[in-house]
Amino acid sequence: MSAGRTDPVAFVRREMLAPAAPPPGQVGVIRWVRENLVSSWFNAILTALSLYAIRYVLSGVLPWTLNGVWNATSLNECREIRDARGLETAACWAVINERWLQILFGFYPTDDRLLATLFYSDALAAAGGADAVFNGGLNATQRVEFVSGMKNELSNGLIFLFGYWRPLLALACLVVAVAPILYSSLPRVLLLFSLAFPFVAFFLLWGGSVWLPLLVALGLLATMLIGRAVGARFGMLGGSLAGIAAFLVIFMNPLSFLGVTGLFPLLPKVLGVMDSILPWGLSAIPSDQFGGFMLAIIIGTSGIVLSLPLGIVLALGRQSSMPLIQWVCVTFIEVIRGVPLIVWLFTASLLLNYFLPPGTSFDLLLRVIIMVTLFASAYIAEVVRGGLAALPKGQYEAADSLGLDYWKSMRLIVLPQALKISIPGIVNTFIGLFKDTTLVVFIGLRDPLGLTNAIRATAEWNGIYWELYIFVGLLFFTFCFFMSRYSMYLEQRLRTDHR
Amino acid sequence: MNKKVFLGALTVAGLAAGASAAATLDDVKARGSLKCGSNEGLAGFAAPDANGVWQGFDVSLCRAIAAAVLGDAQAVEFVPLTSQTRFTALAAGEVDVLVRNSTWTFSRDTDLKLDFVGANYYDGQGFMVRNDLGVSSAKELDGSTVCIQTGTTTELNLADFFRVNNISYEPVPVATNAEGQQQYLAGACDVYTTDISGLAATRATFENASEHVILPEVVSKEPLGPAVRHGDSEWADIVRWTLNALIAAEEYGVTSANVMELAAGPTTNPEINRLLGTEGELGAMIALDKDWAVRAIAAVGNYGEVFERNIGEATPIGLARGLNAQWTEGGLLYAPPFR
Repeated sequence: MSAGRTDPVAFVRREMLAPAAPPPGQVGVIRWVRENLVSSWFNAILTALSLYAIRYVLSGVLPWTLNGVWNATSLNECREIRDARGLETAACWAVINERWLQILFGFYPTDDRLLATLFYSDALAAAGGADAVFNGGLNATQRVEFVSGMKNELSNGLIFLFGYWRPLLALACLVVAVAPILYSSLPRVLLLFSLAFPFVAFFLLWGGSVWLPLLVALGLLATMLIGRAVGARFGMLGGSLAGIAAFLVIFMNPLSFLGVTGLFPLLPKVLGVMDSILPWGLSAIPSDQFGGFMLAIIIGTSGIVLSLPLGIVLALGRQSSMPLIQWVCVTFIEVIRGVPLIVWLFTASLLLNYFLPPGTSFDLLLRVIIMVTLFASAYIAEVVRGGLAALPKGQYEAADSLGLDYWKSMRLIVLPQALKISIPGIVNTFIGLFKDTTLVVFIGLRDPLGLTNAIRATAEWNGIYWELYIFVGLLFFTFCFFMSRYSMYLEQRLRTDHR
Repeated sequence: MNKKVFLGALTVAGLAAGASAAATLDDVKARGSLKCGSNEGLAGFAAPDANGVWQGFDVSLCRAIAAAVLGDAQAVEFVPLTSQTRFTALAAGEVDVLVRNSTWTFSRDTDLKLDFVGANYYDGQGFMVRNDLGVSSAKELDGSTVCIQTGTTTELNLADFFRVNNISYEPVPVATNAEGQQQYLAGACDVYTTDISGLAATRATFENASEHVILPEVVSKEPLGPAVRHGDSEWADIVRWTLNALIAAEEYGVTSANVMELAAGPTTNPEINRLLGTEGELGAMIALDKDWAVRAIAAVGNYGEVFERNIGEATPIGLARGLNAQWTEGGLLYAPPFR
């Protein structure tokens, strides 16, 4: 088609036609509806039925939820307000509005002194100042009256922020401490804080002398350093022995069988000296005052953090070629796993009292944390064993052929792959563990569900069910949903295959 | 050598246990607070208010004991106990006194090594039905379905009562009071049975309480009372006589309003004088000072006041005094003389 051709061409299109719109039935919402909802007559019927079911549920739930009464002082008042508004049904969210602090924290004491100093200073001055009210001037009855009067004045939001600053700060620290472990993009220096976190949290939650957690941390550090220093000179065995000796001297009395008391352990002595020089600390709070959702987080977090390493060790032990270690691990796993958690909790709360000498009060919360940890670690061990079994034998042999010793081959070759495979199972166990913390209600700890019972026992709120259960359910769902999402993120990030 | 040490340790432990069992009063005074085993939440008997302060009928008795012993009604630590853990907790020394609507029975008093020191509430098992069922007596319940909490004495009482009266029924087992309440309201059963105080508290929460009626039959005896450990009679005396002081105070017309006035000087009634310490040395006999009963009554009021404030007819629970009236009014409350 050269330029010289002079064929009479009637019309030559010199530009592209704009694409025509697809037929109306093939685009946008209509197409989506046609493909997904009414692609055949059978699906159309299913769609109609589903829509009806959804509408039926929502028409029951939504008015109840959205028309809920938020401001009332009792269930009866809720009902009156509902009738006054002419509504058929209405949730009585007022109970949450009044009692949410109790569901979150149980009867954990608020920092009344801080609250009074900040927001109730006139009445505090009238009552004789902070020292007179909170340091022995008043007896418990007068103090309770003062504090009740103050709390009736203050809003729940203020009490939440300032009265419960210790658990809130501990929670904030938990977030900071966990972040570098969960997300590897954060600076590694933060891991030092993660190591220090248990001691910080203990101090914030239980209070008492600041020196106790500090000295325990220093004692552990000293044990490790001594072990390492001696180990560098006299080999691994000497190092371990020196470390054990240092631990015994610092934390226990190794000479008790000789009848020598008063010399060791060193820790309480240093503690006494430090306390007399600088008596710093927060008011001590015994664990039987812990409660609410805070209790679930404390038990759940401790259980999760402690059970993972223990579970891995158990899984490796079960695969060990040394019969003694293998038997011990197998017995432990099978016994712990073969008995329901509630039985172990009853053991912790009731039976241990009979075995321990009278007068020893072994903290109930600590007993529960230990039992929950042991229980979860048996499950984790089996999950990790699944991961270990899924690795091809060639991986183990490859590690051996590189000349790696047992621990190196596990740490560098086997466990990274096995744990990656086990992530969904591990997180599954953790979510189960977190929800199982509500079982402590049966041994008298004030977990959120137990508190709903206590709240329902008051004259004002007797007869209220759904609102409380929904609130507690939402709290748990938030945490479990986060864990499940994180596990999916982790699987995505660690995916190295080419599927 | 090892065996000797072990035996020695056992002896020391035994001595320590004996010492701690015999000196609950000293422990309480040293601690500065009373450890009271309480219910985790039972309408009218023990429940926390919005500020976390416990209130209720059983709670008041704990406060009265604390007021008598320590002079401070709020110096009480409440230890919530389930029905499974309550007696072990008391036996293990985790609480000083158990005031948790526990029924005084033979085996608990003897075999479990507890001492019930009295009854602060006489309860009994009853039945609740809807009005429109048209039933006025439990003996007309032939062929009905009955919601009943499993694993409790109420289950056995029910079976006994219906067998003796030749009535057939179909049990609907429920686990908790909350579940029973819901099942009954949903119509899963015609009858709900538990202790009368529980039925009244449950009925009080219904939207249309007047559509439900509690039948007159009481099929069991449930004397609920405070319990202490075996082996410390001094402490048992204190708890027993604090309860008696509240009961006697009602009988003699001593209330929280007039107790200070009456205690200011001897009155014409020698019984009141001995109770309030203006005459005689009753307080010293239980190792307390002479104002012990004055403090207890001033803190919580007499028995009648405690009853009316927490579970009486003015409250939503609305229990009548019934068996829990003074003996002079045809009830069972009968405090031994203060002399």
